[in-house]
Amino acid sequence: MVDVPAAEIILPRPAQRFGALRRLLRHRLAALGLIVIGLLAIGSAGAPWLAPYQPDDIDIAQRYAPPLSEGHILGSDDLGRDVLTRLLYAGQVSLSVGLAAMLVTVLVGFAVGAFAAYHGGWVDIALMRLTDIMLCFPSVFLLLFVAAFVTPSLASIALMIGLTCWMEIARIVYAQILTLKSADFIAAARMVGAPSWRIIFRQILPNTLAPILVAATLNMANAILLESYISFLGYGIQPPAASWGNMLTNAQSDFQVDPWLAILPGLAITLAVASFNFIGDGLRDALDPRMRERSAGALR
Amino acid sequence: MLRFLAHRLAQSVVLLLGVSIIGFGLMHLAPGGPLALYTINPTVTAQDIERVKAQFGLDQPVAIQYLKWAEGMFTGNWGYSFFGGQQVREIVLDRMPATLELMGTSLFLALMIGVTIGIVSAVRRNSVADYASAVAAMIALSLPTFWFGLLAIYLFAQTLEWLPAGGVASTSGGDLVDRLRHLVLPVAVLSFVLVAQWSRYTRSAMLDILNQDYIRTAEAKGLKRSRILLNHALRACLAPLITLAGLQLPLLVGGALVTETVFSWPGMGLLFVNALGMRDYPVLMAILMVSAFVVVLGNLLADIAVALVDPRVKLGYG
Repeated sequence: MVDVPAAEIILPRPAQRFGALRRLLRHRLAALGLIVIGLLAIGSAGAPWLAPYQPDDIDIAQRYAPPLSEGHILGSDDLGRDVLTRLLYAGQVSLSVGLAAMLVTVLVGFAVGAFAAYHGGWVDIALMRLTDIMLCFPSVFLLLFVAAFVTPSLASIALMIGLTCWMEIARIVYAQILTLKSADFIAAARMVGAPSWRIIFRQILPNTLAPILVAATLNMANAILLESYISFLGYGIQPPAASWGNMLTNAQSDFQVDPWLAILPGLAITLAVASFNFIGDGLRDALDPRMRERSAGALR
Repeated sequence: MLRFLAHRLAQSVVLLLGVSIIGFGLMHLAPGGPLALYTINPTVTAQDIERVKAQFGLDQPVAIQYLKWAEGMFTGNWGYSFFGGQQVREIVLDRMPATLELMGTSLFLALMIGVTIGIVSAVRRNSVADYASAVAAMIALSLPTFWFGLLAIYLFAQTLEWLPAGGVASTSGGDLVDRLRHLVLPVAVLSFVLVAQWSRYTRSAMLDILNQDYIRTAEAKGLKRSRILLNHALRACLAPLITLAGLQLPLLVGGALVTETVFSWPGMGLLFVNALGMRDYPVLMAILMVSAFVVVLGNLLADIAVALVDPRVKLGYG
């Protein structure tokens, strides 16, 4: 027998606790995004207490009040409804559509990607081909196509956005699991006799979490934008209920009279979407260790 | 190369078949079926509907209808519009030039400006210009385009009255200057978003390349920076840029739904929105198939072009 010298085992330094969170907060724009989203969420959730009026309080005497006028800080619309109130209530709709759509996207995407990669064989081929086919539909076409035939409600719109946007996450999860399946530490776990549920939940899931989290955040931004698009084309949340998208649609005809009616809801959408995009960007930087090594780049 | 081509072509056919089956199925699953609009109309009797169904072949099983329709798509008989009975192929081809004009101009501008911004921000990484362009791009990607379009119309067409608010040309005129004036606002709105995409993409592709060992080697050899950039980095950057171009090719034909609607630009996007409002299925299916065809074509062309440009790419069967 050959005598093998005992090798010194060097363990990597344990990861700093909340390191990713700390890095995210250091990303200035992402931190700003978190603050803006926090404020929008609090404003929308607290609309019943914060809003000065009811969302459908009509006051014909006070039509088209400009912003900063007495009683209406952000003005009033064509029926004299308070714009600030409607913006807050619309935020409830738009943000929850975004959140629900994102959840559907992640669930479906993860299920398809994970099942295809883990099962392999014909399931893999069938599911990933379906993903390819879905990606061939021009982006908003499919969503609009379905939206035109469904009675719009908060749930149906969220479901439709989710069911037409899951492909990207499915591909990310699929690729991640395929690489992980052959990774050494998975083989090691298998060798010590870990059951496959344990491998999936303790080894695979934590390792796919980071890219899913990033994609989910960016998806949230996308879902809010998509809701405004289908509302604008008339297939979204129907009035008198307000969403940022349909407030804009209403304002379109009054643009000459009162441009603020269009400017404000558009600003709200842009703020929310941009914030989620910045958070997603920050998350990617914070969670992806490769990105940090890059800071020592050439050609500075 | 030939085997690769044959494989990719077969794959594309499968994809298109899938798209057509899902699209066709969705149309027939729709509540009320393709003639839902007629059934609501009180002046249309049940017999009328039966007659129309027979006329458009809607009384046959879905599978038969699908086969007939698919055969038509191949042989150039794309069916007739439910409204006005015009040939679908004519309707679609009529709209193509307007979309090509709008999207071609926007994509060309976006490519030129976006790639330049992307390269500059990659080279001058973490400079003020880099940050500013990153923030601007992020905001551009977060704007609802229709809102941005409305603001542009309000400001430049209605308040300042510099430019027309919509359409391809004035009803009276139609000379080059007039057409260009109509092009300015929609192109500006569209390119703003597209520039953002191109600049972000170019920047990250360029950063990847600038971190490669051979760039460091070139630097170590003492080559001039401009030479490294032009000879080494830009060439390697070509492949990812071609990929993005392939991904955006569908825009050229499919048009931009929202921008075309806002500027009443009579292209494919507006045609789709109008056809959707009228539930004009033959037109919708034709637009869907033409767009999906270009999506598949764009991917295929990009793959081939990348393989030709980048000798490192091995032609796989993925």
